[in-house]
Amino acid sequence: MAQPQIRDDIGGQYELSRIREDFPILSEEIHGKPLAFLDNGASAQKPRQVIDAVRAIYETEYANVHRGAYYLSEQATARYEGARDIVQCFLNASSRQEIVFAKNVTEAINLVAYSYARRVLEPGDEIIITDMEHHSNIVPWQMIRDERGLVLKYVSCTDDGEFRIEDLARLITPKTKLISLTHVSNVMGTVVPIREVAKLAHDNGAKLMVDGAQAVMHMPVDVQYLDCDFYAFTGHKIYGPSGIGVLYGKAELLDAMPPFLGGGDMISTVTMEKSTWAALPAKFEAGTPPIAQAVGLGAALEYVSGVGIEAIAAHENDLLSYATQQLSSVKGLKIVGTAPSKTSVISFTLDCAHPHDISTIIDRAGVAVRAGHHCAQPLMERMGVSATTRASFGMYNTREEADTLVAALESVRELFG
Amino acid sequence: MLDELRNLYQEVILDHGKDPRNFRKPDNANCEATGLNPLCGDRLVVYLSVDESNIVQDAAFLGNGCAISMASASMMTEIIRGKTKFEAEELFRRFHEMCTSDEKADFSDDEDIERLMVLSGVRQFPVRVKCATLAWHTMDAALKGEEEATTER
Ligand SMILES: Cc1ncc(COP(=O)(O)O)c(C=O)c1O
Repeated sequence: MAQPQIRDDIGGQYELSRIREDFPILSEEIHGKPLAFLDNGASAQKPRQVIDAVRAIYETEYANVHRGAYYLSEQATARYEGARDIVQCFLNASSRQEIVFAKNVTEAINLVAYSYARRVLEPGDEIIITDMEHHSNIVPWQMIRDERGLVLKYVSCTDDGEFRIEDLARLITPKTKLISLTHVSNVMGTVVPIREVAKLAHDNGAKLMVDGAQAVMHMPVDVQYLDCDFYAFTGHKIYGPSGIGVLYGKAELLDAMPPFLGGGDMISTVTMEKSTWAALPAKFEAGTPPIAQAVGLGAALEYVSGVGIEAIAAHENDLLSYATQQLSSVKGLKIVGTAPSKTSVISFTLDCAHPHDISTIIDRAGVAVRAGHHCAQPLMERMGVSATTRASFGMYNTREEADTLVAALESVRELFG
Repeated sequence: MLDELRNLYQEVILDHGKDPRNFRKPDNANCEATGLNPLCGDRLVVYLSVDESNIVQDAAFLGNGCAISMASASMMTEIIRGKTKFEAEELFRRFHEMCTSDEKADFSDDEDIERLMVLSGVRQFPVRVKCATLAWHTMDAALKGEEEATTER
């Protein structure tokens, strides 16, 4: 099969063609066209290293974890707990107890909502989020608010989609107990300065939860440097399997929190009257965990770290500026979200066609993008659009794929224009 | 441009999509319902005025969405005007069948359905079927006195 010609645009250190070869799906054809996968924000493709790690555990090392005193169970436990060590290192958490595995970032946020906010916050206390959150960092807080009589406030982004810390500062009152922000907007790519926000939160006696779902694959994340209290991400967006997510929490907070779900694995002892909880992190991992998925996530983080997150960021930054420039030449195209600090995510509208029509049409040219509200309806309202088309670039994307996108959009103009 | 795309986006659809007919809120509507497609966030309101002999005297809509959903809503408002409630519901049933049937099914026995055949291109684009049927689901809900319709039932 003919591989598209790849230019290495950042001086050759970034081995783009080799990286592409690691992702089997990238050589697939869609409707007879080479795939240009530009929907990485929704979920990323998997390298062979991840696929092999998942296959290997099932083929040679699989059993339930933390249970049997026999070889395979010990082996599976070592691999599962080894994945935790990899995550700890990836986030630079100070201890492995601070790394809790969950099903995805949504579950991780709910864990904090139920085991932390619901217990600690009093009626009248405030939670602050932004208007550019994914629904998964909105709905849990609304549910807790309604149950506990809390107040939920939104910091609004600017018309350019920029987050301004002054606007957050203005909303904070002595009642503000928790701030929960996305690290990077899934729609606009806006980067939020988490370290500064953490300082502001702590100076005002509030805790900070960060939704890192759209950040960890684009930039180095060091939770000790950021000094956030909770940080969550999801495996499938960082080239790992779906069904696995991570919650980091400062040990003293996690320690004081009651369990989220009850069941096997999370107890120390159970009698007919009562139970006592296991130590961290097992306290928050009730039931058989996603074993192979955790191992796959470990492989994904090793893969990303092997290439180097800074190198990935540099490559994606090049794609962002190139694609932004090329897209700007398309007549009637308007980019939604032009903050100065952005990841490689570009949302746009086209005056002549609705995002769903665009996505159907360019799919026939092999281009996969997301169309719609991106699970961020409050942001759509804020930006005054009902839907956008979103191209989100990952470590394996190329300038040629941005060109393919632009050419496909020209054909949309031809049909609708 | 590929044939399948040309077939989906026929001139008639592009025309209705760009310049939807009966795109207004009538003063005398006595049935209305809101249609939602939760997957994509599309939302439209269908307004009907039905007289005492159950005849649809006026049909109109407001909302926004893709070319397929706008065109389908626009054509629907033209076609159901003058029909009885029963006929409108019967048309919905047959239209739905057309959008989800295989290519060979023949609907040429009916002038209205034949006109709606321009929307049958969605058969090759399964995720777009809901775009074509949203207005009809909403019309059906309005006639039944329900406030909301969703493509997810
Ligand atoms: C910013 C953000 N938060 C949360 C999520 C939810 O991720 P998941 O569905 O894996 O829980 C997403 C992804 O869709 C996201 O982009």
